[in-house]
Amino acid sequence: MDTRTVSPSPPILEAFHLRKSYGSFTAVDDVSFAVPAGQCFGILGPNGAGKTTAIRMLYGFSPMTGGALRIFGMDVRDNLRSIKARIGVCQQENNLDPDLTVFQNMEIFAGYFNLPRPLARERAEKLLSFVALKNRRDDKVMELSGGMMRRLVLARALINDPDLLILDEPTTGLDPQSRHSVWQQLEELKKGGLTILLTTHYMEEASRLCDRLMIMDRGRILVEGIPSDLIRTYVGHDVIEVAEPEPALLDFVAEKGLAYENLGHRVMIYGENRNTLYQEISSRCSNDGCILRMATLEDVFLKLTGRELRD
Amino acid sequence: MRACNITRRFWKVWYRNLVVNRQNWKVSFLPPLLEPLFYLLAFGVGLSSLVGRIDYGGSQVTYVQFIAPALLAINIMNNAFFENTYSSYVRMYYQKTFDAMMATPLTLEEIITGEIFWGATKSFLATLIMLSVISLFGLVSYPSALLILPLSFLGGIAFGSLGMVFTGKVKTIDLFNLPIFLFITPMYLFSGTFFPLEALPSWARLLAYTLPLTHLVDMTRSLGAGRLDASLLWGLLYLSLFCAVFFPLAVAAMHKRLIA
Repeated sequence: MDTRTVSPSPPILEAFHLRKSYGSFTAVDDVSFAVPAGQCFGILGPNGAGKTTAIRMLYGFSPMTGGALRIFGMDVRDNLRSIKARIGVCQQENNLDPDLTVFQNMEIFAGYFNLPRPLARERAEKLLSFVALKNRRDDKVMELSGGMMRRLVLARALINDPDLLILDEPTTGLDPQSRHSVWQQLEELKKGGLTILLTTHYMEEASRLCDRLMIMDRGRILVEGIPSDLIRTYVGHDVIEVAEPEPALLDFVAEKGLAYENLGHRVMIYGENRNTLYQEISSRCSNDGCILRMATLEDVFLKLTGRELRD
Repeated sequence: MRACNITRRFWKVWYRNLVVNRQNWKVSFLPPLLEPLFYLLAFGVGLSSLVGRIDYGGSQVTYVQFIAPALLAINIMNNAFFENTYSSYVRMYYQKTFDAMMATPLTLEEIITGEIFWGATKSFLATLIMLSVISLFGLVSYPSALLILPLSFLGGIAFGSLGMVFTGKVKTIDLFNLPIFLFITPMYLFSGTFFPLEALPSWARLLAYTLPLTHLVDMTRSLGAGRLDASLLWGLLYLSLFCAVFFPLAVAAMHKRLIA
């Protein structure tokens, strides 16, 4: 048996009762979580939930109003520089250096970490082939596609061989091919033992990458746990979706005492082993807008954060 | 601002700007090369005959001799001020270069120091070129004129810090027009650059001596004429104090803007 399970190593990151207010507005309210070594931890939430504000506190962009934050066992308030030397950050906005080439972006960035030049060059070459940009090394950043830029941001964040990688919405705005390629690279990094903290509002991304996650809304944590557990606890295994339900069907569902959500034009019925129930319901449906599917994280997310638009 | 937050690492920020500048150095070295030629042509050939000779430091100098060192001082002001306003603003706001840097072990203080030292470096390089051009016309005397080179760096830090304060404060890039209209243009005209300050009423002269360019012009003129006297020390003191006030103000303004 692995000895680490006997005496667990301290978490890479611990946040205690984090709070951030701007005047009377509280962007992050009493948020506590821990990221164990070697895990991928996700912060999910709709726009304006406080995800970005929370992680901006991690690298000193935003001083906390209250609470405490320890990374690598060090207090962020006093050890920011040594902490930043060991983390890699992919910010949400593209902030590659448009005045420099792909390779120069890597090289100059390595300089900010005081890496000696031969080591910087060696790592830059290796990382550029990791993200499949080796053949673009002498191009200007502005000549790259959106997906390539994201991959370069990722490669640049790895130049200091970080112990913690922080990703703020790493695949927002990418086409499916680019998104899958970024996921593949992140999975490879995970396999290599890297600890990752990521924010996202793509449930597919969170299910695929995260060992643990929390869902935030309006600055607070709604739930925290392992994705599959969250699905089981809050939604169940199956979902039956009925489009344009007739009143008779709604009566039937209410009579049976099922867990359901009525969205007007659509009704969602949650639970375990819904096969027989599905047969029953679909036979009652006059139209063919009735499906049985596995519950996903998206069902949990929408159930907990509601369905109204956020911006 | 905490002084312990500034280590030698700020040179990495400076180096980033150097690398970028090396790629287009031919364009950026053209203005300091051509500008003095334009001025010397316009004023030397055009205006000089109208003005005649000017009384400076007890001796008569030609108008071109009078304005040549002032052109150097203006050049020092402009290079650092424009680098640390428009160019720094583009890096900060449009390119998010500072955001990327702040996620590395660099501190905000180091980023701002690197930017201001880069602005001063541009003043220095432009002075080097312009001084060479002016020297070809025999308008400054050596070896004292060589001291204009280190002076250009100090002046660059002073005007770069001033520019960086505005970069920390303006809402949009267009608003740099305001400090330029209110400070840079009046300094350009009324700092003893194109006419001796003695021509002004005494209150205006006193006002002129509160401006940094007035002191810088005094110093480049003294050094250019080979007059090493105590007034140089006053100028040095003024510029150093100016840096000591505006450099921390620049860091504070950027801190307020970027870390929230």
